[in-house]
Amino acid sequence: MQIVFDNVNYIYSPGTAYERHALKNISFSIEKGEFIGLIGHTGSGKSTLIQHMNGLMKATSGHIYFNGADINAQDYKLKELRSKVGLVFQYPEHQLFETTVFKDVCFGPSNLGLDKLEIELRAYEALKMVGIGDDLLDASPFELSGGQKRRVAIAGVLAMKPEVLILDEPTAGLDPRGRDDILDQIKKLHEESDITIILVSHSMEDVAKYVDRIFVMNQGELIFNHTAKEVFSRISELEEIHLAAPQVTYVMKGLKDAGFSVPLDVTTVEEAKNVILKLLKT
Amino acid sequence: MIRDITIGQYYPANSILHRTDPRVKLVGTLMFIVSLFLFDTFYGYLMVTLFLASVIKMSKVPFRFIVRGLKAVIVLLLFTVTFNLFLTQGEILWQWGFLKITYEGLRLAGFMAIRLTFLILGSSLMTFTTTPNQLTDGLEKLLRPLNHIKVPVHEIAMMMSIALRFIPILLEETDKIMKAQMARGADFESGGILKRAKSLIPLLVPLFVSAFRRANDLAMAMEARCYRGGNGRTKMKPLKYSKNDYLAYTVLFLYIALVITIRILENHF
Ligand SMILES: Nc1ncnc2c1ncn2[C@@H]1O[C@H](COP(=O)(O)OP(=O)(O)O)[C@@H](O)[C@H]1O
Ligand SMILES: [Mg+2]
Repeated sequence: MQIVFDNVNYIYSPGTAYERHALKNISFSIEKGEFIGLIGHTGSGKSTLIQHMNGLMKATSGHIYFNGADINAQDYKLKELRSKVGLVFQYPEHQLFETTVFKDVCFGPSNLGLDKLEIELRAYEALKMVGIGDDLLDASPFELSGGQKRRVAIAGVLAMKPEVLILDEPTAGLDPRGRDDILDQIKKLHEESDITIILVSHSMEDVAKYVDRIFVMNQGELIFNHTAKEVFSRISELEEIHLAAPQVTYVMKGLKDAGFSVPLDVTTVEEAKNVILKLLKT
Repeated sequence: MIRDITIGQYYPANSILHRTDPRVKLVGTLMFIVSLFLFDTFYGYLMVTLFLASVIKMSKVPFRFIVRGLKAVIVLLLFTVTFNLFLTQGEILWQWGFLKITYEGLRLAGFMAIRLTFLILGSSLMTFTTTPNQLTDGLEKLLRPLNHIKVPVHEIAMMMSIALRFIPILLEETDKIMKAQMARGADFESGGILKRAKSLIPLLVPLFVSAFRRANDLAMAMEARCYRGGNGRTKMKPLKYSKNDYLAYTVLFLYIALVITIRILENHF
């Protein structure tokens, strides 16, 4: 097990009027190479949770283990942890600061104390991975489009070659095309390497299409930790906390209610197409 | 980390002090500060302490929270006390080389420390119980007479309220950008002065970019709503004195009258 949370709690500003119990007894474990989707409403504690994974926030109580070591132990090297657990914040383009795209992506690896050649090689590779062409390497990051900036910022984390990549709502504020591009590239990255990916999102469609396992957060609690099919087949429980299943799941439910015998755990358009075609043939 | 700064912060609670008109609180704070400098005897300070303690009690803001604001000025406080302690001439109590402590110095340092502490407690109590909007509204209304001598009171108040509004936003933004760069291996805490100054670039550039972007957005949003300055502008919640506010004014005037009386009596007997 690569990441383990054991009864983690986090309280913001304890003892004041702003006190907020943002994480409540969170326990789970994540294996190497998994693709996890983390969903929940705004304010449910997703961002708080992921900042615990690379030691940017320290749990009020409970333990967090990375590759078997307690990350809150006295002598644990947090800087090393941060190079292994790459965290891409929401709106990561706001962190760009260098004069050129290429230099900005070099910032992460150069903080790891690598030699110049290795740094530039990694930056180059990372930019390739997110689909930024050679013509943009010397452009100022501030003159790119929103989607391009976002990809440069993601490359900035990828260039550190993390073992775990966490993305906080990487598609927020992008058009559908930019969203699909980024998600497809993340999927490709996952298929081509043994990297663990944690994707934070509140779009059920995105999550259903890409991930192996889904974590659902509600008001600071982790209420589901199952495969996509299992989670989305429990539509009524999701609706109780005002989350929805992917639209095709509702189509299936409609068909079933109309008397057709279809499975309810269909979560992607592709699967739905096959099920309906099969139904029509019989 | 950076959010621990509490000076100028608002603390939501439901107390008489929170409901009091901001003009009363502004005038009251001013009077309190004046009263701090009217005294230099024990009984005088006893009275000021009692006044401050009862106002703090009324505000329902936890004492711990108010005191936290003192941390930011502790250096200033120590400076003042040290200077007063060692550099005042008078009856010598203790001497070591050129350093000497006098009875007068001890007394002055003590009073100075109390004055500064009370000054900060008193004025932060005002911001704890008054939202920035109320504060600027109050100030605008209080200073309105200056309009006659061509002081742009509304514009000044508007600038002040925008600046105040931006403080928490920029603090939050700093926190976010700092974390984002730390996630990329940035180190803001170790190294010599030069290295540390250099390490601030990845923080400051995005911060400035974001401040300008926000300012731009705000200007656009204000213009889109036809903001054209103070002329003929009305308020959604105009300030109006209630019975409690008049009562508060009365208490304040009684307090300052009492302070002045004590001062005069002390000087004569
Ligand atoms: N810096 C902070 N100080 C106080 N409360 C916070 C802070 N950041 C987040 N919160 C609160 O913690 C809860 C969880 O927030 P967050 O983790 O950002 O949720 P999400 O990412 O799921 O939208 C929210 O109720 C939010 O208001
Ligand atoms: Mg969030």
